[in-house]
Formats: sequence, C-alpha cells, structure tokens
Amino acid sequence: MADLTNEFVTQIKEAVAQKRPLIIEGSGSKRWYGNVVAGHRTLSTAGHTGILDYDPAELVLTARAGTTIAELEKTLAERGQMLPFEPPRYSSESTLGGVIAAGLSGPARPYAGGVRDFVLGLHIVDGKGDVLKFGGQVMKNVAGYDVSRLMTGSLGVLGLITQVSLKVLPVSLAQSTLCFALSEAASIHQVNAWSAKPLPITGSVWHQGVLSVRLAGARAAVASAEQQLGGTKLAPEVAAKLWLDLQDQTHAFFSCASAMVGQRSLWRLSLPAIAPAIDAALIPGAQDQLIEWGGAQRWLWSDASPEAIRKLARSLGGHAVLFNNQHAVGDVFDKLPPPLLAIHQRLKNTFDPHGIFNPGRLYQGL
Amino acid sequence: MSEKRQRLIEALSGSLPSANLLWQKEDTAPYECDGLAAYRTLPLAVALPENEAQVQAVLKVCNEFGVPVVPRGAGTGLSGGAMPMQEGIVLSTAKMNQILNIDPLSRRAILQPGVRNLAISDAAAPYGLYYAPDPSSQIACSIGGNVAENSGGVHCLKYGLTVNNVIQVRAVLMDGDVVEFGTEALDAPGLDLLAVMIGSEGMLAVVTEVTVRLVPRPPVARVIMASFDDMTKAGNAVADVIAAGLIPAGLEMMDKAATRAVEEFVHAGYDLDAEAILLCESDGTEEEVTEEIERMSAVLRESGAIRIQVSQSEAERMVFWSGRKNAFPAAGRISPDYYCMDGTIPKKAIATLLNQIKEMEDRYGLRCMNVFHAGDGNMHPLILFDGSDEDQWHRAETFGNEILEACVALGGTITGEHGVGIEKINTMCVQFDEKERDAFFGVKAAFDPVKLLNPDKAIPTLHRCAEYGRMHVHRGQLPHPDLPRF
Repeated sequence: MADLTNEFVTQIKEAVAQKRPLIIEGSGSKRWYGNVVAGHRTLSTAGHTGILDYDPAELVLTARAGTTIAELEKTLAERGQMLPFEPPRYSSESTLGGVIAAGLSGPARPYAGGVRDFVLGLHIVDGKGDVLKFGGQVMKNVAGYDVSRLMTGSLGVLGLITQVSLKVLPVSLAQSTLCFALSEAASIHQVNAWSAKPLPITGSVWHQGVLSVRLAGARAAVASAEQQLGGTKLAPEVAAKLWLDLQDQTHAFFSCASAMVGQRSLWRLSLPAIAPAIDAALIPGAQDQLIEWGGAQRWLWSDASPEAIRKLARSLGGHAVLFNNQHAVGDVFDKLPPPLLAIHQRLKNTFDPHGIFNPGRLYQGL
Repeated sequence: MSEKRQRLIEALSGSLPSANLLWQKEDTAPYECDGLAAYRTLPLAVALPENEAQVQAVLKVCNEFGVPVVPRGAGTGLSGGAMPMQEGIVLSTAKMNQILNIDPLSRRAILQPGVRNLAISDAAAPYGLYYAPDPSSQIACSIGGNVAENSGGVHCLKYGLTVNNVIQVRAVLMDGDVVEFGTEALDAPGLDLLAVMIGSEGMLAVVTEVTVRLVPRPPVARVIMASFDDMTKAGNAVADVIAAGLIPAGLEMMDKAATRAVEEFVHAGYDLDAEAILLCESDGTEEEVTEEIERMSAVLRESGAIRIQVSQSEAERMVFWSGRKNAFPAAGRISPDYYCMDGTIPKKAIATLLNQIKEMEDRYGLRCMNVFHAGDGNMHPLILFDGSDEDQWHRAETFGNEILEACVALGGTITGEHGVGIEKINTMCVQFDEKERDAFFGVKAAFDPVKLLNPDKAIPTLHRCAEYGRMHVHRGQLPHPDLPRF
C-alpha cells in the first residue's frame, strides 16, 4: 500500500520540462499490445498499490492503479463477487491500471459487458501534472462528460490512470458448459438464435468444429437451460480450464507455435455477431479460426496483407486489430476517418498538450 | 425582426421544407421549455429536419451565421438541457421517427433519433425482445434524447443504462461532417468516443441514427412489496439484498409521504402505516424467479420487514408497481408544483440522506416525498411547492441545491440520470474543481471547436462558480434573510 501520486506528478513535470516522453507501464504484461513506442523512459505504476474501498453491498471496488488483478480477484472472491468482464491476465502481476488502459475483456463480454461497462470513475494525472477526478463510486452518474470511459482502452495516451472505481457483481451460483459439433456457419447462427432467448448464456467459443456454450446463473435456470439445449456436458474442471484458457489466452490456439509457419500474425477481428463465416480462400489462415463472443470476436493467424484483412473486416461492418504485433509490420489499429482523427487529436491536446504520454501507441501523431 | 434574424431564417428556409421551420412566436412558444418548465426562453426559430441531409444543412447555415443550436428530442428532459437560447435556434429531431431495422437474430434495432423509447420495445415484442432502459417518461421520450442524457430507469441495476445498451451512434458535427461513433461490432478502433457522446446533453454532435442492443424478454416477473416500520431498517435492507448476492431486476423505495400520496391516487393497497415500502422485483424463467423470490423474501424478513406480499399474477404485479410509476402525477395532485431531484449516493448513505432531508423540510418549510431507485442509490426527492408564490419557488430551489450538495458530501453525484442541463449547472461547481471543468471544456471543444452546439449548458464557467461560491458564503442572508437556515 503506497500512494505514489506525488512522485508521478514530479516525474511528469520533469518529463514536460525535458521534453522527454514517458512510457506508462503497470507490470509490463501487455508491453507488446499496440503500436511500438521506442526509446523513452518508463513510468511504472507497479508500486502504487492498495484497495482503497470495497463494500460488497455497494457492488463497488476502488483501488490504486498498480494493484494486481490477482489481488482484486482474491478480495472479491472472499465475498462471493467477481470482475464480470473477465480481463485477460497475461501474467499474475497484471495490474488494474493496465487492464483499464488496454480495455480488453474476456469471454463474458457480449453477455455481461466489457471493461468500459464496469468503470464508474477514475483519477488521472494529466500531461500538465494535474490530478483530475472523473465519474465516482456510484452506479449512475451523468454529471459531466464520461471521461472515465474515454480513458478506458485509451492505451495511456491521454493521461496516467492512478485510481479506478469499478462496478462488480456476485459470482453465479451455478455454471455448466455444453458442447456441440457444428460447422463455423451453423455455430454462428445457432449461438445467436439461442442468445435471443431468455437463456443464461455467459460465454461461447467455436474452434475446430466444436461450439462450446457456457451457462451461468441461478441453479434452476442453468438446469432448465441444459435440458433445452442438449449437447454434451463438459466435466466441471475441464470447463473451468477452457474458459480460463480463453480469458488469459493460454489456449493452445494462441501459443506462438501457431505463428511459426511463415510470418503469420495474430489478428483479432471485431465483427457484428452474425457476420458470415470468413472465406479461407480470401484470407489464408481463416481455416483455423477461434470464434468467441457469439461471433463478434474472431481470431486468426494469417500472413495475408494487413490491407486485405482490414478491408474484409470493414466490409463485414467491423474492424481488425493486429493483436500481437511481434513482427512490427505496421499500424495495429484501423485508420480513423478524418473527422474522428481530428477529434482524437484535439482530445490529446486537451489532456496531454506536450505529448508526453505513450506517443504513437494508439496512432501515429497521437 | 432584426436583419440578421431575417437573413438566418431565409437561409434556413433554403435547407428545409417550409412547414419544418417555425419562427412566428405562436409556433415557437411550445418549444420555450422542456420538462423543466420553470426555465423558459423563446428561440429565434425552430428547425424540424426530416432527414440527416437536412440536419447537415441546418447546422451548416448556423455554423456560417455563428448562431447557437440547441438540439431537442421529445422535450421531456428534467434538467433544462433543451431550454432554448434567445439568440439561437432549436433543432428538434422529433420528425425523424422511423424504426429503420430490427434484426431479431443479431438482437439489434437501428433507429432514427425521434423514435420513442417505448416504441422500440413494442416493435421488438413480436420477436420476444425488448429495449431494456426504461426511463419513467418512456411513453414519450425519444432515443435521441436518451442518448443525450444517458437515461436510466427502474431496471438499471440488472440491465444497465443507455451507455450499456447503445452500440453505435451516427451524428452530425457542427460543421456538417457526418461521423459514426462505435461500430456494428462490440468495440471500435481508437478512443471510446461513443461513451463520451452518450450523456453529452446535445453539446457535442446532433444524433441522426442510433443502433441499440435488444435483450430477450424474461418470461416471468414477480415483485415483492415489503413494509418497514423504520426508514433506517429499509435502507439497510437494500444493502442486505445486494450483499446476499442478489441482483433484483428492480429495487425501489417509497417513503410514507409518497405511499400516502399515491395510494389516494391509484388505490394499490399500499401499507399506509409503514415508514417505508420496498418493491423488489425478480425476472427470468419460472424456476429462476421462484428461487430468487424465496431468497429475497428471506433476506428482507431478516432485515426487519414487518409485512411481505408477493405478486401472484401479472395484474397484481402491475398494481404493486402502479403507485411507484404514478408517483409524479400523484405529487401533482397534492401540490400545485413539485421539483424532482436526481442525486445518487452510495447505498449505505440512503438512511442518512433521508434523515437530512427530513431536517431540511422543517428548515425550508416545504414538504418532500421520496420515491427512488434504491438498488443503485439514485434518489428522487420530490420537493412540493406552489410556483405562484415566488418565495416558495426560491426556497424549493435552494432546498434542492442543498440536497445535491449533501449527495456530493456523502460520496455521490448531483445527477444520476436526468443530466445537468441548466438546472444543476451551479452545483457542478461543488462536484468538480476548476481543472476538471477545464478538461470538460476541452472535450467540448474537441467535438465542437466553434462552441455553437448547446453552449452554456452542463459545464459552468469559472465566473459562474465564483458567483455561486459567493452565494454560499452568504447563505442565510441572501436573498431571504428572514428564512431560518440552521
């Protein structure tokens, strides 16, 4: 437990004075995510730790940015609660600040919501060294623009997140995972059709011809959904491992061995859930996809050109992220239309006028 | 009519069919206020575009003339967000009211901004789907306005607010550029500007299309009506339900003043001797609801409920809810006017705030009834007053501000779902310091660099906060020194 806010302010003011940009880092577990930022000094939040407030009856937890996700999850579990957005933990040291700044969510995303749906408020130090507080510790709050959510997934380009308040939820009483042998196209249709019914679905994955669906909720609801859906039920420990492997991307699909063939990169396609199956004739690698989020998140290793993949994702109503940019082949994120890019640049000027936070990590010039 | 106004109206006439441009006083008068009727101004003109191209044309003209634009949905807002400016126009999206698409498989509806909130659920009903956020004005309020205010309702705790249920917004910037915030997928490249648009009170861009998420309608819903002989016990019961791992579909509280007022109006069979009543709803499958209602009843009994009734039919459920849903009209029956507040506090502070409000009632010489979203700590004190008495209105306003300041002091916020608008602009000075307000102005300028979209709302200037601060220092002397304040 240490409050390093004053040290951060000093470091930031020095960086401004010396015109030397900073790379913000928690534990460094997601250092590879986003565009390459080279040759600057690191500002580490790892020592800025501590749970500041947690009352299970409020469903709200407030902690400093350097607190590990592992500690938060342990504290919540003791009171039968959890982080509903299931953030990927790339290491046991992954921090709260890193999870918020990266904005990545796990298997429950389409059902429970993403990181951004659970951020209630946060504190930042902006690029002038001022401490600013947005949002709060209550469920409903519409005072002022929603800067808390603007910071969520911003990859640290607007400010240093020092403290976060999150909405949390109770752990479900019952859980069950059912498997079905289905083609890619049939699985996308099936999981969407089920999602339109009052069933307690909280996760789905399709890989190599098998659709697995997670049910979670009241005991009676899970039992009755099992009856309705049929399929093959996974043993609880096998199911638990499957969803953890998906959440943390330790599933075999994500292993670097998959990248060994040629110069393949891992792509994350964020698409409308019912977007049609991707034609492997157009995009090499599409034959071994891993599909999550009821069709809304499709992972593939491919050596197709970034342009081809982005064009395809756009034509389907979504976008593509060069997820593991280990080959540093170019921009990680889809380009923005000029009016949106202009808004991004003006926001950068507002929060970080000297351009000292993570320059280029989200977009060049930002 | 001034020459500039004449030229403006001529230019706007070129952008809109003549019936869609109002500028005579008798035509613009209905637009002089929104749901917060105490604040009124006549605008220069009212534009009622029918499509996105007309919205672009109107904004381009106003941009060129340097004329402020106040966007307006259905005009049901309670914070004066759509109050016109004397030197500006009102842009109403009421005529853009088409449901463009409902896709039952992907559970999405694409809507023009003027579509009424309830019309979305009605249109989705044949597919067993509905749109979850249900502000109490849902029969009249529009989705464009919901986006502007990040509207909530009684089911937020379980189903979220507008921000959790809208996936894409198409909008026109002040210079006429069309932009899309969000995508048809679950996220978008770059910063989360969609989240910033939602709740931005019409100050960043004019919404022309909204894509919402639809959710399956639960087959069964039942509500528990629990009576308490003590307000503190009722407040604690709310926390106990949540702490037990239950997330009710709705968890609402009414105090004695409220139950008495509504019972006379709706005859729902409310317990008139109870100090507080809790309505606690469960929805889902039959098995799920049975299991939850049992667990909820046990917790409420343990927390000191003196009477528990569970709705036995859909008709009875509606009767239990009728009082809660009619609280505002009921207030209108027992008082010439009422002033509805919207602060949100941590649940553990509910009883504290209610006791503070009781003490304020005596001090201001005005009655206040409380009906609110207890599950998320969103308070709606209704201050009763007579608007024809200038002094009563002034006392009601000061009373309201003091409640909001108490909410901030208890760790909460001045507005949970109604927005800041013009009404709470002064209390923003209490919740945010100068640097935070500067950051808000920066956000505004990032979208609207010429500052013509609904300017002077929601974010107070330094000057305004200095003025409000001075009033504070002199509270008790200005402007009604005869009022007992402590």
